[in-house]
Amino acid sequence: MSLLALERVNKRFGGLRALGDVSFVLESGQIFGLIGPNGAGKTTLFNVVTGVYRPDTGRVVFDGEDISGLRPAAVAARGIARTFQNIRLFRSLTVEENVMVAGHHMQQASLIGAVFRTQSHAKDELALRTRAHELLQIMGLSAFAGDVAGSLPYGSQRRLEIARALMLKPKLILLDEPAAGMNSQEADELKRQIRFLRDELKLSVLLVEHNMSVVMGVCDRIHVVDHGETIAEGTPEEVRRHPRVLAAYLGKESGESGRPARSSEA
Amino acid sequence: MSSASAQVSTVRWLKRAAFAVLVVAVIYGLGALLESTAIEYVQRIVLLAGINVILAVGLNLINGTTGQFSIGHAGFMAVGAYAAAFFGTKLHPWLIGLLGAGACADALTFNLALCIGALFAGAAGLVVGIPTLRLRGDYLAVVTLGFGEIIRIVFNNARALGAATGYSGDDPAGLPAYTNFFWVYLWATLLVTGLAHLTFSQTGRSLTAIREDEIAAEAMAIPTTRLKVLAFTVSAATAGVAGGLFAHMQSGIRPEDFKFEKSIDMVVMIIVGGLGSISGAVVGGIFVAVTLEVMRDLSQYRLVLYALLLIIIMLVRPQGLFGARELPSVLRRLRGPRTKESS
Repeated sequence: MSLLALERVNKRFGGLRALGDVSFVLESGQIFGLIGPNGAGKTTLFNVVTGVYRPDTGRVVFDGEDISGLRPAAVAARGIARTFQNIRLFRSLTVEENVMVAGHHMQQASLIGAVFRTQSHAKDELALRTRAHELLQIMGLSAFAGDVAGSLPYGSQRRLEIARALMLKPKLILLDEPAAGMNSQEADELKRQIRFLRDELKLSVLLVEHNMSVVMGVCDRIHVVDHGETIAEGTPEEVRRHPRVLAAYLGKESGESGRPARSSEA
Repeated sequence: MSSASAQVSTVRWLKRAAFAVLVVAVIYGLGALLESTAIEYVQRIVLLAGINVILAVGLNLINGTTGQFSIGHAGFMAVGAYAAAFFGTKLHPWLIGLLGAGACADALTFNLALCIGALFAGAAGLVVGIPTLRLRGDYLAVVTLGFGEIIRIVFNNARALGAATGYSGDDPAGLPAYTNFFWVYLWATLLVTGLAHLTFSQTGRSLTAIREDEIAAEAMAIPTTRLKVLAFTVSAATAGVAGGLFAHMQSGIRPEDFKFEKSIDMVVMIIVGGLGSISGAVVGGIFVAVTLEVMRDLSQYRLVLYALLLIIIMLVRPQGLFGARELPSVLRRLRGPRTKESS
């Protein structure tokens, strides 16, 4: 069943066409990779899906509903959670509080309940805290629960972003370069955790990543864009061999066959 | 099962009621003590300090916790002051007719007037907040400053409220002096407790999230605009209560009591105390009241010294006295220094 479908999405910034007629279908339960060289339009695409930008033309359909043009908070409340390329944690809050905050839209008790500290408010707080701790455990962050988020090491901050996104109880999670700045050991751990999202939490994942070992290692399907246009889609094996993908990443027929793939910098 | 939990809940409420009675008694006792021992001048400073605490803790919600910088809160204080004074004046004869003249009618008039002041100030906050909270940073500060001045100028020209000469009720003797230690500190206790509960709840965390990163907060399904307007409204309503208390400390209120400088005083309170810290706001409010009074004899040098003092505080402790910390965490640090670092 299709969970997220982009239908001929276009987005221009002045004279620059950031996305031109991009279409794809993400099936429920898939880990869907989105790759392409720098400036290909991956982040724009993320921003269109999450409601930061409204597409000029075309539609974004999530779970049978047209969500193009909704505000980010409304998109998030419908079950699309995201992480950010340049980490955006609530730095002065603790690790635990960062996760709890994302439960805001599920909270029952009113403001009055909070001011007068009623029992239903206490129950809500406990439920939020319990769930936050479960998620921290999944992401291997339990030991840091009480620490200030800004003080965590880089890799842990990235994993905290995932834990926070999970708190929304999403159906789809968008990961924007989750392996950036991770060493190979951390990246392996991340791969395991992304698979866990799909297999145990029954989530679908839309993944933007430059680390090819992660992309090829976890994705069920990969969509490749360059200059705002789709150039290929298929399984990791198909994409790896696709001539247009090779051209986009390595340059066209330059004859320098000995040059290594620039997967880390592309 | 349900009867057991009902019992627990009853016990809980009984405990709370007992605690509330104790707090009221303590405030009452302290008030009686102060009024019997201290001279009127000192009493006045203590009252002003209490009112400042309310102002500072209220402003801290929007400026400190939510990170949306307002420097026009004197306007909301003015709305509260005028509304409380006006409705207090009109309500009083009616309540006397109902209850008979006496302390009971006075107290009820006063507290109703304060609530009305809060309501009007909150409504003004809502009206100002909805369009302005789309702005950020310096722009928001400029616009709130402008609104604060607009409110003052409206009162300056409102003939029904005495225009520039101010409002002093229908009685030629001026507004009744309802404000005393008991009421100021009872309201301060209620508001500080309520705002602390709000700050340390899911809503408070979401407000902090907006301060820390609005884009991420939005992506976490937090209704940022609604929460910012909410914080602004609550903050304005709190300033309204302070305005009502201030109005009933003197025989009349004038628009010039609520000038731009008053807003700046409020900002100074929370910055000295430490932005985002409720304990800091309490200390900052008291600090400003006491400093401004102590230096009154220096007449025109007062503001120079005041500014110098602020510069020194900013140089020595730019994060304010408390930083973003609260009293319990500061005490814990003082008691067991550097235990965390070793772990």
